[in-house]
Amino acid sequence: MDIIKTTTIDFSHYLTEQEISAIEHEASIMEYREAAGIEALKIIQEHRGWVSDDSLYAIADLLQMPSAQLEEVATFYNLIYRQKVGQYVIHLCDSISCHLQGYDEILAAIKAHLNIDYGQTTNDGVFTLLSNVCLGGCDKAPTMMIAKQHYQQLTPESAIDILTTLKEKAVTAKTKKTKGSNAND
Amino acid sequence: MTDIPKALTHPLTHLVNLEQPLNIEQYQAQGGYQGASKALHDYSPKQVLDLISESNLKGRGGAGFPTGMKWSCVPMFSEDDENAPEFKYLVCNADEMEPGTFKDRMLLEGVPHQLIEAMIISAYTIGANRAYIFIRGEYHLAAERLQTAIDEAYKASWLGDKIQGTQFKLELYVHSSAGRYICGEETALINALEGKRATPRAKPPFPQVSGLFGKPTIVNNVETLSNIPHILKNGANWFKELSPNSDAGTKIYGASGRVKNAGLWELPMGATIREVLYQHAGGLQDGLALKGLLPGGASTDFLLPEHLDTPMDFDSIGKAGSRLGTGGLIILDDHNCPVAMVLNLLKFFAQESCGWCTPCRDGTPWVVEVLTRIEKGQGTLADLDTLNDLCDFMWLGKTHCALAPGAVEPLKSALRYFHDDFEQHIEKKCCPYAKGH
Repeated sequence: MDIIKTTTIDFSHYLTEQEISAIEHEASIMEYREAAGIEALKIIQEHRGWVSDDSLYAIADLLQMPSAQLEEVATFYNLIYRQKVGQYVIHLCDSISCHLQGYDEILAAIKAHLNIDYGQTTNDGVFTLLSNVCLGGCDKAPTMMIAKQHYQQLTPESAIDILTTLKEKAVTAKTKKTKGSNAND
Repeated sequence: MTDIPKALTHPLTHLVNLEQPLNIEQYQAQGGYQGASKALHDYSPKQVLDLISESNLKGRGGAGFPTGMKWSCVPMFSEDDENAPEFKYLVCNADEMEPGTFKDRMLLEGVPHQLIEAMIISAYTIGANRAYIFIRGEYHLAAERLQTAIDEAYKASWLGDKIQGTQFKLELYVHSSAGRYICGEETALINALEGKRATPRAKPPFPQVSGLFGKPTIVNNVETLSNIPHILKNGANWFKELSPNSDAGTKIYGASGRVKNAGLWELPMGATIREVLYQHAGGLQDGLALKGLLPGGASTDFLLPEHLDTPMDFDSIGKAGSRLGTGGLIILDDHNCPVAMVLNLLKFFAQESCGWCTPCRDGTPWVVEVLTRIEKGQGTLADLDTLNDLCDFMWLGKTHCALAPGAVEPLKSALRYFHDDFEQHIEKKCCPYAKGH
């Protein structure tokens, strides 16, 4: 009979020094190490774009906690990506104030422009589309968040303009680092 | 009225600057940190507690619980008491995720030092030496500005050891969350801070006795805390007199939906819905009429145009059959479908249910399923009975926390007030509000 296999990954071989020191700092201001779990997940995501299984095992190893316990935290949050995402993740607010003020039109325009649905990534790997609960920009609805930037008072046209600008930026960045290494998963 | 300085009539917002918040010198030049100075130098913790209790400040996060009473449940120890816990904690709940609510964001981005000053005073009162600001992950700008302000406060000896030459010490950290509505529930927030899956805890024990890391903990909302420095500076009577009725202080009201001038306004606690909606938000956009409204975020009962003259304070909104909640009005106009609105709200609650207890985990998606059917024109009259039954299954006392009852509030009131709309969807087999009808 098979027993449950557990995977462990030695953090020191997997995480960068920069990642380790950032996580250690978070652990130092908590009462115990595993309390820094969510911060650690965010740090890895900041560096690598998303949290792969291997990343999760490595963080669990670093924080000396069961990986299942960390997974239970990782899967709880809307802003932790446990699947590979595009370079830009579009978080379109689908809560009530945006709903009352034109969310449907914005969503339709973005879907048509990128030819993807919620939860999908464009073929070129630039955009992933996700919904987000109320972004707290209700007086300037409809709104969306991409990276750390909030975009407000969207119209179908302005939303597409924003995506077009970001796409150009993504293309430029790609050309610049043709020979650059890709440290990501 | 014009002779009274804005600091006395609009204490929470008079220093708000969303472009560039005041740095510590500018904040101090405007009277900032005087409340904290007074507390640390002239008051004992007990005296501050009595002052806050006397001021009748109530929680602005939605529940309206008296702040002084909450604080008074924290066990206090003398310095040499060997039973004293190593730490007590103060946590600021800045996990503002109630749909239609955006007031705390203004305070966090616009005047971060006010919150830090408030936390110094509050921590001093309950004897906490560690404090966290638990901020939602989407508020990047606010988190950055808070950290900048905290760094300034450490340098100026408003945080750290021996604050301003006194024996009081306080470490203050920003914890940025990763997006989950339930983290706004105080015991879920505590689990989240401990690095656990953020399901709410059973009470008792109450956090005041056994909270973060098992230690006495107070969790207060941003707006609630932001009142504290001003109460210290200007007194409990001043605070009580700000409100024309039995409540106290000011309140940051908001309005969103299809109104002319959506926004936020700090007004005396107890301004009427009419005043907020028409005088400040400019009424509905041209060609639209008021159909209904939620007075304080997604988890409050609908009110109707007939309730426009209700004062927006805890008691009056309660008597009208709803809750003040966060004070952020969400306006439903007559061209938006009430069934679609409730469906949107319930989708939110279904997604954000933590899944811990069955009535919420299974009840909220069930409601979504039924409402989706009705909105599509495929509902039956029996579906309305199902919805009413679900309102009962998910009501207070049957669930682990207040999330599901919060979802019931707009649903139940919509079923009552917009009954005709629900029936029309069923009879006409379509949404009467859809374009082309």
